[in-house]
Amino acid sequence: MDIRAQVSMVFHLDKCIGCHTCSLACKNIWTDRKGAEYMWWNNVETKPGTGYPTLWEDQEKYKGGWEVVNEGGKPRARLKLQGRFGALANIFYNPYLPSVDDYYEPWTYDYANLLDAPEGDDQPTARAVSQITGKYIDTIEAGPNWDDDLGGSTIYAANDPNLAGLNEAERAELAELQRVVFFYLPRICNHCLNAGCVAACPAGAIYKRGEDGIVLISQEKCRGWRMCISGCPYKKTYYNWHTGKSEKCILCFPRLESGQPPACFHSCVGRIRYLGVLLYDADRIEEAISVPNQELVEAQRSIIQDPFDPKIIQAARDGGVSDAMLDAAQKSPVYKFVKLWKLALPLHAEFRTLPMLFYVPPMLPVLARVTGDGNYEVAGAADHSLAPLLSSLDRARVPLRYMANLFAAGNEEVVREVYRKLFAVRLHSRSQQVGDVPADEVQRALEIGKTTPEEAGAIFRLTARPTYQERFLVPPLHREEAIEQTISPYKERSETGFGFLETPERRW
Amino acid sequence: MFDTILFVAFPYVAVAVAVVGGLLRYFKDRFSFSSQSSEFLEKRELFWGSVPWHYGVVIILTAHLLAFLFPDAWGALVANPVRLYALEITGLALALMTIVGLVMLIVRRVQRPRINAVTTWLDWVLLVALLAQVVLGFWVALAYRWGSDWYVRTAVPWLRSLVVLQPNIQFVTALPWVVKLHMLGGFVLVALFPFTRLVHVFTVPVTYLWRPYQVVIWNRRPGPAGRRV
Repeated sequence: MDIRAQVSMVFHLDKCIGCHTCSLACKNIWTDRKGAEYMWWNNVETKPGTGYPTLWEDQEKYKGGWEVVNEGGKPRARLKLQGRFGALANIFYNPYLPSVDDYYEPWTYDYANLLDAPEGDDQPTARAVSQITGKYIDTIEAGPNWDDDLGGSTIYAANDPNLAGLNEAERAELAELQRVVFFYLPRICNHCLNAGCVAACPAGAIYKRGEDGIVLISQEKCRGWRMCISGCPYKKTYYNWHTGKSEKCILCFPRLESGQPPACFHSCVGRIRYLGVLLYDADRIEEAISVPNQELVEAQRSIIQDPFDPKIIQAARDGGVSDAMLDAAQKSPVYKFVKLWKLALPLHAEFRTLPMLFYVPPMLPVLARVTGDGNYEVAGAADHSLAPLLSSLDRARVPLRYMANLFAAGNEEVVREVYRKLFAVRLHSRSQQVGDVPADEVQRALEIGKTTPEEAGAIFRLTARPTYQERFLVPPLHREEAIEQTISPYKERSETGFGFLETPERRW
Repeated sequence: MFDTILFVAFPYVAVAVAVVGGLLRYFKDRFSFSSQSSEFLEKRELFWGSVPWHYGVVIILTAHLLAFLFPDAWGALVANPVRLYALEITGLALALMTIVGLVMLIVRRVQRPRINAVTTWLDWVLLVALLAQVVLGFWVALAYRWGSDWYVRTAVPWLRSLVVLQPNIQFVTALPWVVKLHMLGGFVLVALFPFTRLVHVFTVPVTYLWRPYQVVIWNRRPGPAGRRV
C-alpha cells in the first residue's frame, strides 16, 4: 500500500452555462503569449460535437492513451502510441501528431487600418492577420469554439466519435437534438494518475509532483520531441511552435500554493467546479488500468481510499502525506461526489490514464422532444405526478449510451445509477421546498436511487448552495517549507514558485 | 603555415568553442535546448525531408565514427572488394538521401510562410553549412572513389593525431581541395554547434529505453528516497 494525495476536481455539468469565463481567465493569465495563442489549457466544448482539437476523442486518429494487451495470459496496459524503440524511431516525424490546423490558426485583426487608412469611398476594414505568419488571412476557416452551440452541426456534431454504437433511430433523435438540446463540456488537464503524456515523453521532462499530484512539464528538460501531444488522449498538452517546447495546464500551482483555487475554478460563473484532495493507493494503479472497459469506472473508484480509515491515515503518514493534506482529504467535496455518492465520473475512462477530473453528467433536458405537429412536449408531463421521471431514463432524448460512451467507458449501468440518484435528489428536494410530491413517491425515488433523505439533502446542499470554502478545499501545500532545503524561501517567494524567470521565447 | 592554421589551429578552436559554448549554454540557458520541431506547423513535406535527412546523416556519421574509432577493423572490412563496393554504393545512396532530404527541408522553409516564420538567421547559416557539407561529401565519394578505404589512411590518422595532441598534418596536406573543404566543413559544423539548434543532437533521449513510464518527483519525503517513481 502506497497512499498518496492528489488534488482532484469535480465539474458539475448541469450547472455549466457555457459562458467560457473559465477559458478566458486561463488565457489571460497563462497563454496570452507568442506561440501559445492557439492554446486553451481550459476550453469548453459543445456536446455532441467534435471538440478541440477536432476529433480529439478519436484514438484511431491520434493514438492517445493506453490499450490493454494480453501478455502471457495476463492483461497488461501499454501506450497505444508506440513502444520504447518506436519513440526513438519516430522522433524525426511523429505520424500521429495533430497539426495546427486541427486546432486553428490563431489570428488578430489589423485594427490600425481603421485609424490609419487614407480617405476613400469605402469604410476601412480590419482584416484578419495570422498570428503565426503575420500575413493576412482571407478566409478564417476555424477558430476557438468554432462549433460552439452546434454551429454547423451537420458538419461537426455528426462526426462526434461518441455516437459510435447508436442506431438509426437514436441518431435521428440526435438530429432532432441538434435543434434544441446540447450541453457543455469544460475541459482542463486531468492530472492523471497514469498519465499518457508522462509515459510518452522521451526526454522524461514531464512529471507528477509527489505531494499534490499536479502534472507539469519541465521547460528546461523538454526538447520538443512532441510525443506527449500524441500520448495524451485528451490533447491537453500543447506544442509551443515558437519556443519549441510543450506546455500544459499547471493547475495554477502558484495560486494553489498561496491558498487560492485555480483561476478557471475561481472565475466559474455557474460555480460548477469543486476542488479537493483524494487519497489513492499508487500500488494498485497497474491493476486498475488492466480491467475490461465495463469495470474501469469501478476500478478507479476502488483505488481511491477512505480518508477516515485509521489504517489509510497511518499509511498516508508513512508515505509522507502531511496532516494538513489528510485534513483536506477528509473535508474534500471531490471525495463526496466521486466516492461517497458515486455521482461524478471520469471522462473517457477507456483511455486508461486514470483522470483525476470527474464530471457529474448533465441531466437536462433529457425528456423534451418536438412532436410531429411541431409542439415541444415533455414526456409524462400529462401525468399528474412526478413518478414518470423515474422510468424515463430509457426514453431520454440523449441516449444513455451516448453519456456512457463519454463518462463510463460504455457501461450504461454506471450512468443509469448516477441519473437515478440525481432524480431522487430532485424529487426529495422538491418535496422539501415545494411540498407537492407525495411522500410514497419520494420514498420510491430514494429507493430506486439507492440513497437516503440525509444523503439527498447533503447532495442538494453541496450542489445548489455550497459556499466558496465548501467548493474549494485548497490544502495548505507549504511549498515554502518543502523547498527550503534547496532554495531560500525568500528567493522562492520572489520567483512566485516558478524558479524560472527568463522570457519563454526563442533566443538562438 | 596556412595548412597548420586550417588543419591544426582551426580544429582545436572549433572543438574548444563547441565544448565551452555548449557547456555554457547548457548551464546558463537550458531552456533553449530544443529540437525546434516545425512538424506542428507543417507535416507532409517535413516527412519527405526530415526522415531521409536524419536517417541518412545518422548512418553516414556513424560510419565515419566507426572508421575513426576502429581503423584496423574498418580496414579489414573494406579489404574485400565486394564489401568495398557494397559500402561505397550504400554510402552514395545515403548521401543522395541526405541531400534530397535537406533540399526538401530548405525549400519548405523558403516556401511555407508558417515555417519561414519560425526560422532565424542562424537556422539559415546552419542549413547552408549542412548542405555544403553533404554536397561536398557526395562529391568526394563520387569523384575520389574508395573513400571508405583511403579515409582510414588519411583523415583518420590526422584526426587521431589531433586527439592525442600531437598534430600531424602530413596525411591530409596533399589531398584534393574538395576533400580538404569537406574536412574543414566538419569542424565548421562543430563550431556552429553551440550557437544553433544543432544542440539537440546531444540530447537524444536514449534513457527512454529504460526509464520507468511514470515520473514522480517529491520535494521532500521521509526516508532516503528524495526522488521516487
